Amino acid sequence: MSRTITRHPGLNLGPAHDDDATDVREELVFGFWVFMMSDLIIFGMLFATYVTMLGATAGGPTPHDVLDIRPAFTETMLLLASSFTFGMASLALKYRQGRRHLVGWLLVTLVLGLAFVGHELHEFVSMFHAGYVPSRSGYLSSFFSLVPLHGLHVTFASLWLIAILFQIAVYGIDSQVKNGLLRLAILWHFLDIVWIGIFSLVYLGGAA
Amino acid sequence: MTVTEILFGRLGWDALPFWHMLQNPTFKSVINDLIASGAGLMVVLGALVVVAGVSWLGKWGYLWREWLTSPDHKRIGIMFIVIALVMLARAIVEAVFMRAQQAVGLNGGFLTAEHFGQLFTTHGTIMVFFMGMPFLTGVINYVMPLQIGARDLSFPVLNLVSLGLTAAGAALVMVSLVLEPFSTGGWTGYAPFTELSYNPGAGVDYWIWAVSLSTFSSTLSGINFAVTIYKKRAPGMTLFRMPLFTWTALCTAILMIFGMPPLTVATGLLALDRYLDFHMFTTDLGGNMMNYVNLFWAFGHPEVYILILPAFGVFSEVFATFSGKRLYGYTVLVMATICIAVLSFTVWLHHFFTMGQSANVNAAFGIATMLIGIPTGVKVYDWMLTMYRGRVRMSVPMIYAVGFILLFVLGGMSGVILATPSVDYQVHNSLFLVAHFHNMLIPGVLFGMLAAVNYWFPKAFGFRLEERWGRRAAWLWILGFMLAFFPLYVLGMMGMPRRSVSFTNPAYLPWTVIAGIGALVALAALACLLLQLWVSVRDRDHNRVFAGDPWDGRSLEWATSAPPPEYNFPVIPEIYGRDAFMLEKDGGTPFQAPTQYQDIVMPANSAMGVIIGAAGFAAAFALTWYMWWLVVLSAVVMIGAAIARGFVRTTHYVISADEVRRTHEYWLREVEATTPIRRSQEQSGANRGRAVPPVEGAVQ
Repeated sequence: MSRTITRHPGLNLGPAHDDDATDVREELVFGFWVFMMSDLIIFGMLFATYVTMLGATAGGPTPHDVLDIRPAFTETMLLLASSFTFGMASLALKYRQGRRHLVGWLLVTLVLGLAFVGHELHEFVSMFHAGYVPSRSGYLSSFFSLVPLHGLHVTFASLWLIAILFQIAVYGIDSQVKNGLLRLAILWHFLDIVWIGIFSLVYLGGAA
Repeated sequence: MTVTEILFGRLGWDALPFWHMLQNPTFKSVINDLIASGAGLMVVLGALVVVAGVSWLGKWGYLWREWLTSPDHKRIGIMFIVIALVMLARAIVEAVFMRAQQAVGLNGGFLTAEHFGQLFTTHGTIMVFFMGMPFLTGVINYVMPLQIGARDLSFPVLNLVSLGLTAAGAALVMVSLVLEPFSTGGWTGYAPFTELSYNPGAGVDYWIWAVSLSTFSSTLSGINFAVTIYKKRAPGMTLFRMPLFTWTALCTAILMIFGMPPLTVATGLLALDRYLDFHMFTTDLGGNMMNYVNLFWAFGHPEVYILILPAFGVFSEVFATFSGKRLYGYTVLVMATICIAVLSFTVWLHHFFTMGQSANVNAAFGIATMLIGIPTGVKVYDWMLTMYRGRVRMSVPMIYAVGFILLFVLGGMSGVILATPSVDYQVHNSLFLVAHFHNMLIPGVLFGMLAAVNYWFPKAFGFRLEERWGRRAAWLWILGFMLAFFPLYVLGMMGMPRRSVSFTNPAYLPWTVIAGIGALVALAALACLLLQLWVSVRDRDHNRVFAGDPWDGRSLEWATSAPPPEYNFPVIPEIYGRDAFMLEKDGGTPFQAPTQYQDIVMPANSAMGVIIGAAGFAAAFALTWYMWWLVVLSAVVMIGAAIARGFVRTTHYVISADEVRRTHEYWLREVEATTPIRRSQEQSGANRGRAVPPVEGAVQ
């Protein structure tokens, strides 16, 4: 075959991994990018809606009252670290550093991801205790329609990661596992970027 | 909470369509409930007839293996179109009831306002989400891979999931006839009218979840189509060699990818308001209804072009084929399509000129709206110049196409009128608007899709559709449309508001009566369409076109047998120019046997579509009626199915080179034995699907 490498956007696994799946892989990864674009529109719409609702506090708590930058900063660090470890997992996959390396980095990523979700849930619970509930005002509604949706995404991404870990346990690092990891990596980094948006616009904006 | 409440949520006996009539029998309630019960009965009987019919024929296994779990894009396309036709029939009957109501609506009429509200809401919702969308998705599904020389879409199982979600949404709308009510908020579902405080019943929830299912389905279809067109074209099929229908499919797919998410957000936030006491669009505590309107139309305007672009594609193919000429101004048509797709994101505000923006903002959006008329006008000229000096055959698709050009230009004119904000202030929310958008959508989408059915049916089923009933249907659609909607322009100018259950101005009466007659003519057109299908199936042996090229076609789909084999092409063709098949015929080299056959790998059957569709329906139904246990159960099923799918490793199967060779050689022998015909014999039984080649002087 004259075709040596695939040129889809994202991590190309290259010829060493050519297990008769290059065309399929290119389409899958490209398709997933397109799906991410579509998902990004959802977040974009919610960001825009959030901005229009900043003043809609209905005499209730303002963004300044509601938002605490400290837990959000911790969450940011957890998520950024998880993106780094996922990157290490991708490199372990690309350079065939063996199953132990790959699974190890994936497990660290999973723990960080779940820690993020847990920390965020804890933040929401304390907001609820303080009376900052979505039914209080339009502003709080828009906060709770945007930020938890990101958390929900991270939850599903973690679920996907667990499923792939089980696939590795059953089938080893076969072609489909690789395809799954390539796409999950895109989702994971995408959620990182969305979180940067949330942290900048919602939390830093609220602290200002 | 009692056990019944836990099991059935808020679903009670009062959801039955005849409950109100039994509780409170007045003349009007009896009439309305009889109509509603009749409709519900039709749904139940229809379902029973289908189940009984399939059981009687012993075809459950066949249905499951060959259709419901088949990842073949052709089968999936046909199933999408079947859904669209069923929903079309229902929505037309609803239209007839609305027109009948307004024909006798002076100071009353026979329908209650509530019933009328449900009628115009379901009519609009169905026609957009469950007639138009499945129809065009089905046609693209069927035709596009054949036109680009591909064996299937990029993601066949995802395609099944799309089908399952659309079927689930359609089923939900159908079930709402048996367990009432549906929303009265119109197909746009404007908040705050659709908020819990004004609309506490199940109606709006039915609407939210039916539309959401359709939205997810269309987003996934859009991704599937776009990736297929970018990645699966045959060698040599460059972008500017693609048939125009495929170009419009690409632009529609891109619009779906970017246009559907805002609707997901709008209905999702509305659901949060209704279920979890959010205040996104409520009238109190800081809710802002304008956000809903903006989100909705950020979807809604691209949606208009999602609907119309594939129809433009169909007409482009039809004009070229039945004029015996190559398409005039191909490059310009492509450019115009792209322009329309881009501009469609810049005009959403014209749907609410009167809702409080400054005059400058209105002016900007008015001008952007008028700009869309330019590429559309270019297209109309290109189509006319395609016919110019062609040998035009007035076949059934051509009747639809010519009717489309004349009527669509008229509708476009009224669109430019509406795009002027100062005029819009006068006629907004009147029947003038209703006349305008029906003037675009019926000649555009409906005629386009019916032309597509007449044009590609022989490819899909191996026999031509009967022409006589086809012509009757086409002319009756054109006539019915004109009778039903031209009076609405007048009524709108006279000031009659849209969605009025009744009126007090006797001057409206003659016009509403004419419109009522028009609706009956459209109903007759539907009957002709069904008769056409019936007669065609009955006489199918007379009209077989196994050789596959009944219209002297130009693009690649006509280079296969009718119906094509599951894998479409025995070997992936090399493409050397536009109108690939016509080039082969011109060169005298169609129907070649390849030097070598290879094994073909095809996607294996999958139950994912059925599982996700069934669970999606259950989840939507349960959310509507507050059956929380069922919501959780369906969610678990869906997530579980997705995870389980990740563990499946036998996702493909192989068709041996030998089998491919046998099938192909059989077809080639049949083609050889088929007498080529001239275009003058196109509509006779002599047309067996092979055209006289151009080299033999086929000036027809």
